[in-house]
Amino acid sequence: MTTPFERPKRKDPLVRTELPLTPPGGRSRAAHLLTRAAARGQFALPRCRACGTVHFPVRDICPNCLSTEIAMAPAAAAGTLLSRTQAEVPALPYFRERAPWHVGLVQLADGPQVIAHLHPEVAVGAAVRMHLKLDKAGQAVLYAAPKTAEVDLMTDPKWREMVAHPLHRRVLITDARHFATPAIVKALKAAGARKIRLGVPEAWKPFREAPLYDGIEGVEILPLDLTSDRSVFDYASDYGGTTEIVINTADRVRAGQTLQPGTLLPAQEMMEHIAFGPMRLAQALAPALIGRGADGPAAAAAWVNLLSIHALAPLPGHMGWSAAHAAAHAFSQGLRAELLQGGVKLINLYSGPTEDPWFQTMIPPKVNGAALARGIVKALTEGLEELDIGPVAQELRERLDANPKAVERELGQS
Amino acid sequence: MEGKSDMSNVLELLVGELASGAVEVVDLTFTLREDSPVIVLPPEFGESAPVRIERISRYDASGPSWYWNNLSFGEHTGTHFDAPVHWFTGRDLPCNTVDTIPVGRMVAPVCVIDVSAECAADPDFLLTRARVEAWEAEHGRIAAGHWVLMRSDWSKRSGLAYANLGEDGAHTPGPDAEVMQWLVEERDILGFGTETIGTDAGQGGHLVPPLPAHHFLHGAGRYGLQCLCGLDQLPPRGAVLMTAPLKIHEGSGSPLRVLALVPRAG
Repeated sequence: MTTPFERPKRKDPLVRTELPLTPPGGRSRAAHLLTRAAARGQFALPRCRACGTVHFPVRDICPNCLSTEIAMAPAAAAGTLLSRTQAEVPALPYFRERAPWHVGLVQLADGPQVIAHLHPEVAVGAAVRMHLKLDKAGQAVLYAAPKTAEVDLMTDPKWREMVAHPLHRRVLITDARHFATPAIVKALKAAGARKIRLGVPEAWKPFREAPLYDGIEGVEILPLDLTSDRSVFDYASDYGGTTEIVINTADRVRAGQTLQPGTLLPAQEMMEHIAFGPMRLAQALAPALIGRGADGPAAAAAWVNLLSIHALAPLPGHMGWSAAHAAAHAFSQGLRAELLQGGVKLINLYSGPTEDPWFQTMIPPKVNGAALARGIVKALTEGLEELDIGPVAQELRERLDANPKAVERELGQS
Repeated sequence: MEGKSDMSNVLELLVGELASGAVEVVDLTFTLREDSPVIVLPPEFGESAPVRIERISRYDASGPSWYWNNLSFGEHTGTHFDAPVHWFTGRDLPCNTVDTIPVGRMVAPVCVIDVSAECAADPDFLLTRARVEAWEAEHGRIAAGHWVLMRSDWSKRSGLAYANLGEDGAHTPGPDAEVMQWLVEERDILGFGTETIGTDAGQGGHLVPPLPAHHFLHGAGRYGLQCLCGLDQLPPRGAVLMTAPLKIHEGSGSPLRVLALVPRAG
């Protein structure tokens, strides 16, 4: 019934490239509670705080006890398929192009019955594993997969629409001088990336890590400097049409407090590298990504930013760097909305201080390259929009969710 | 010309020579590009901004009929001029910034010492007093107020090979300490120029004093030129350099267009 996802053939130049379409994008504000959970890879559903009833879709009032105290809570990603159908000729062009669609009614273990997208191999009466995913429009949808571990979800083209798996895709790592690049390359290769292009800024300086990539099939080392209009234009001109995933590793860590003399120029440089650089690349490359959002089975899929959690709350002693990450974060959200027009995901990874040599004196825990690489592949293969990497980022996120003002004061006094 | 002592028509004669090709204008300047190498210091120090050329408009929505760019760069990028104030030894001298240097010094004769063969054999080649004296034996004494340019043919390299950065720093040719002090004090030169990034050798920080070209030139109010090219088109002597830096307020240096007036035989 399903077939393995083989490497797509080269394009027929006589055939027009299909324009990207997306499913309907409108959701209520309340429904975006699901979007948030899906964006972060959590299977969470609305639960009444008063009586504990789980419901779906999101409601303002508990259908069991009429309480208005409803909040998202982790739910069991399990259920049973009650019935199924196959939509052969859907009305909306996005669905019609990809028909047939398998849709079913699932009895969730936590109570509600839900309509969900189905993996083609799920039989009525069978146990299913539930996923809360973001569809091509970036909206939360439910997906029911066979419970058995043997089924490769990548055999389902509908699943492939909801994730941004590196398999058979061509990836750009924007700054190969980033300390995590060797780990990222290894992880992307293991995930099946077809080609990995490594951008090397200031090509007149030695790239001493180059021998690490000798003999790795599909790795190409190219000059690319995100701070240079010319360099970015040259990359986009050559490879804009053959880049499906961008891993933006732009960073530049320099310490400095706001009132410390001599920190303005370094702050400017960090802003140039961390915020304006990716913006420059987006201007050159994003139109091609959006335009190729439906360009075959391995179409343009994602733009990943390695951000710091300190984009959201500044790291003491690193004001310029935190501000640059905050700017990059703000740019990223604008870019996300634009990329979604082509069904291309923008993924932000947030980490605490890393093993970057400029954090040498920082006390552990610090995030290493392997953790960043795992996070990138997890976010791509699961189609996430946001992922916190490491205990510092996870703890800071929880504290920010609870009381951002307390975080500000506490960081300010540390 | 022709033995006449009347100089009133010298510019007229020069214009005629330029028109006939008897005097040629040679460009000794690299194109300012975004990928131009710049001096590398340990990154904990402040760094020079690279050359950036950012489009304001090019007959497009941002300017339908016109093309123009914003430019940014450090004072010491591309083919550039070092003023005395650039180095601590020249910090208290009068007229030590690019905006106050007497313009009369921006047109001056030049001696070109060709050590390209030595530099091809040894990227760490150091120009010595003995080597310059050998040049003088052949071409005559270096007169006061001349530029001295060290021709290494380094400008024929590009990118990685031009910067030539090893794990122990840059490996590019330059002068030793003795020759710099001697050129300044005994030959009263106007300045010293190279084809490499910096008037000093890549390993010049290990000389005594460190970076002697900077130390002695600027300490005596003399100038530096670096990232020159086209020195192979200059005669050993007889050419005139035009070296006008940008008039930057209290500037320590400046990218500039270096032109040479070169008499052609025949």
